[in-house]
Amino acid sequence: MSNDSHLQLKGLSKAFGSQTVLDRIDLDIPLGEHTTVIGKSGTGKSVLLKCISGLLASDSGTISASGKQGIPSCSYMFQQNALFDSMTVEENVALPLRETGKAGKEEIEQRVGDMLAQLELSPASKKYPAEISGGMKKRAALARALITSPEIILFDEPTTGLDPQRKYAVFDMIRDYRKRFGFTVVMVSHDVPEVFEISDHIAWLDEGKIKFWGTPKQLAENTPDALKPFLNPKLASA
Amino acid sequence: MISKLGRYSIRFVSEFGELAGFSGRAAVSLPGQRHVFEKLTRALFEIGVRCVPITLIVGLFTGLVLGLQLYYVLTKFSSESLLGQAVALSIILEIGPVFTAIMIVGQAGSALSAEIGIQRNAEQIDALHTMQINPIGFLVSPRLWAAVIAFPILTTFFDLIGIYGGYLTGVQLLGVDPGAYWNRIYDAVSLQNIFNGLVKAFVFGIVTTLICSFQGYYTHIKADIPGARGVSQTTTRAVVYSSIAILVFDYLITSFQMGQ
Repeated sequence: MSNDSHLQLKGLSKAFGSQTVLDRIDLDIPLGEHTTVIGKSGTGKSVLLKCISGLLASDSGTISASGKQGIPSCSYMFQQNALFDSMTVEENVALPLRETGKAGKEEIEQRVGDMLAQLELSPASKKYPAEISGGMKKRAALARALITSPEIILFDEPTTGLDPQRKYAVFDMIRDYRKRFGFTVVMVSHDVPEVFEISDHIAWLDEGKIKFWGTPKQLAENTPDALKPFLNPKLASA
Repeated sequence: MISKLGRYSIRFVSEFGELAGFSGRAAVSLPGQRHVFEKLTRALFEIGVRCVPITLIVGLFTGLVLGLQLYYVLTKFSSESLLGQAVALSIILEIGPVFTAIMIVGQAGSALSAEIGIQRNAEQIDALHTMQINPIGFLVSPRLWAAVIAFPILTTFFDLIGIYGGYLTGVQLLGVDPGAYWNRIYDAVSLQNIFNGLVKAFVFGIVTTLICSFQGYYTHIKADIPGARGVSQTTTRAVVYSSIAILVFDYLITSFQMGQ
């Protein structure tokens, strides 16, 4: 794949005080595909996502896509969804359009209605986040992320705190909607091996560096020794 | 000891600098917002309308107590007829703006700080960033401009009900002549006095809203403990700092007004 269809991180570094979290990371993320960044807690996976999204300024390095500096339109799905409690599902989804776009009221209503219908959220449109289930909240957050038709969606541990059934439901949702809408997914997760089923590429972040990059199949065939205890915790305790 | 003092001084100066930067951004961000009128109306309801009952209650009882206290002081000098003047000037120049501001901080300022703090902890402020929405413009600016409008209006309500409270105790309860009460007010209170009191309310509105928003907005940095206790800590700080700021600015503005 040419660099034109990649999100490229070059020499990306981020430190908090004396603690280096990201150490000159180079990563080529194929656009239009699903890349999952795995790694132990506290290794800087979320920091990496925040640097990509611009929420955190990196200390050094560059991010470019399709040969251009910066990243294309991008949305961010937060661990806890970050829905506004005092707004209904409909208002939450409409928020980016209302506050930034040039769309009129009718167009916004139309687009939000369509999006809610596509994500099977129409019955919950007038409800507040506190009145809907965890799965619906995830879908509402995804609807808000999708409403501006971003090219990339960054998922920060989207299954944190969910039971196995709901976890699979969220993964299925991400896979299905990615196929339907065609966005690029960059996801951070420690749900291994479940994430391998939906990911096209796996990046293993450890000690501030990307120590493995490849497809799930390549990972299964050629697992780095240092990654084995993470993939199979029983090995670590043996 | 000296190093500790130095650390505190540096912290104070840097916090003051951060607050100044935050204030500048809050002041100029409103015009860039969409649906400004709607946001301003909602903020006016939160800061203004919701604070009317507490302002009226506190204003009435302040006037009642003031009427009672001043009556007994003035009686010693056989000057009960000056009661209206004393009550009105005390309320318009000092008590009205200060008490109203403290009441609004207690009701709306604490709520503002806690709400923004919770939004920070729930990553809603980060979500605004990722949606390309200016969080300060969206969350703080409408409240700041609403406070600029609401504080002087609520202070006027306080002044009026407070003066009426003084009338109830002085005239209705203790027998001061009603004509003397109102005439003394009419003679003694100038437009300049009213303007001076409202200038204080205006300044208190800006200062307290910025302090409360600032504490909530940076709760993740300012609080010693993360999470709910951190929000509680920054909310308490917001109220305490705002109350101190009200008294400090009251002194400064009074000194300036007296010097003129």
